[in-house]
Amino acid sequence: MFFPISNSQISPIYLAIVGFLIGILGGFFGVGGSFIAGPALRAMGVDWNFAVGTDLAHIVGKSVVAAKRHRALGNVDLKLGLIMALGTIGGAECGAQFIQMLKRAGNVNLVVSIVSIVIYISISAFMLWEGLRTLQTQSKRTEAGRKALKKDESAFQHIAHAIHRLRLPPMISLPVSGVKAISLWVILAVAFIGGLFSGFLGGGAGYIRMPSMVYVLGIPTHLAVGTDLFEIIISASYGTFSHAIKGNVDILIALVMNTGAAVGAQIGAISTQYFAGPKIRLAFVPLPLIGAAIVIYTLMTGHKF
Amino acid sequence: MNKETAKTLRAFLIELAIYAVLVVGYFFLVLHFLGGWLYQLEIHHRYAYAGVAILLIIGQAVVLENVTTLLLRIIRGRSE
Repeated sequence: MFFPISNSQISPIYLAIVGFLIGILGGFFGVGGSFIAGPALRAMGVDWNFAVGTDLAHIVGKSVVAAKRHRALGNVDLKLGLIMALGTIGGAECGAQFIQMLKRAGNVNLVVSIVSIVIYISISAFMLWEGLRTLQTQSKRTEAGRKALKKDESAFQHIAHAIHRLRLPPMISLPVSGVKAISLWVILAVAFIGGLFSGFLGGGAGYIRMPSMVYVLGIPTHLAVGTDLFEIIISASYGTFSHAIKGNVDILIALVMNTGAAVGAQIGAISTQYFAGPKIRLAFVPLPLIGAAIVIYTLMTGHKF
Repeated sequence: MNKETAKTLRAFLIELAIYAVLVVGYFFLVLHFLGGWLYQLEIHHRYAYAGVAILLIIGQAVVLENVTTLLLRIIRGRSE
């Protein structure tokens, strides 16, 4: 089927299947799946600027549904989400401007491909490390009881505590997240970096923002997930708008992908009841590598699949 | 595979089949009727296109979530 906006020929069944797989990833692992969506679109000959913009549009739809569920569970810190949205929008705009700059220079496909390969491999390495580490912690916990778990928590919390001690006015409190005082600039900086990745590589950049919220800002994990999704609605909507006026969004592709994502997300969410645990996170490791492999193939051959 | 897992799997397969039929119909509806209009809007009115794009993706996500939830509820309700 021909998609005139991005001038590309893609089977809608292929797009629905890609959306379905990304939906399962979102429901199962809690990730946006841009490391699959971008390369999957690129593999069909869609230019990177369209892959990035269209993926952002696709993320908006998914986040609305997921954030609605988290809001009902009380997992959203609205104050933090709104502040972060400001930083993310600034970063996303910078990312989108970088894309425009590369588009004008005529090397958007090369540069974004190389950056995405580095990021995807880093995600896999982090997931491998995190999965193995959790397995080690679990085995220690069976031997030494709760002591090991407490030791594990404090090993990371010192970073957040040091950030909380940083007195860089204005200081704000986040009662919902249990943070008594934190510099506004730290929150904006964390959000800005996430937004930069989001605007440049597409997707929600949860792989950067989520660990930053937990380890740098000291937000409890369940609140970080819900708040991240809430602020993604605002920032990804802005990113979609910004990319759309620059001619980088094929909304028809995003709409078709979302049809698969809706059912995939349900399957992914329910599957977690049957297949939980760090071993599953280890199974996630090859997925960004597949994305990287697709980009490397497209980069080296210059052909689509 | 225990009884509960088998029941869930069967419900999903039925949901998938019904959903596939709905989605194929939707493809023709959206891509046929909206495709040309959105293309023209993207060329001539970029700001309007950007706004419509966001409304469409949010609207579709909410509708599809309700459809899948409803389908799952009906199918699971019947299989119990």
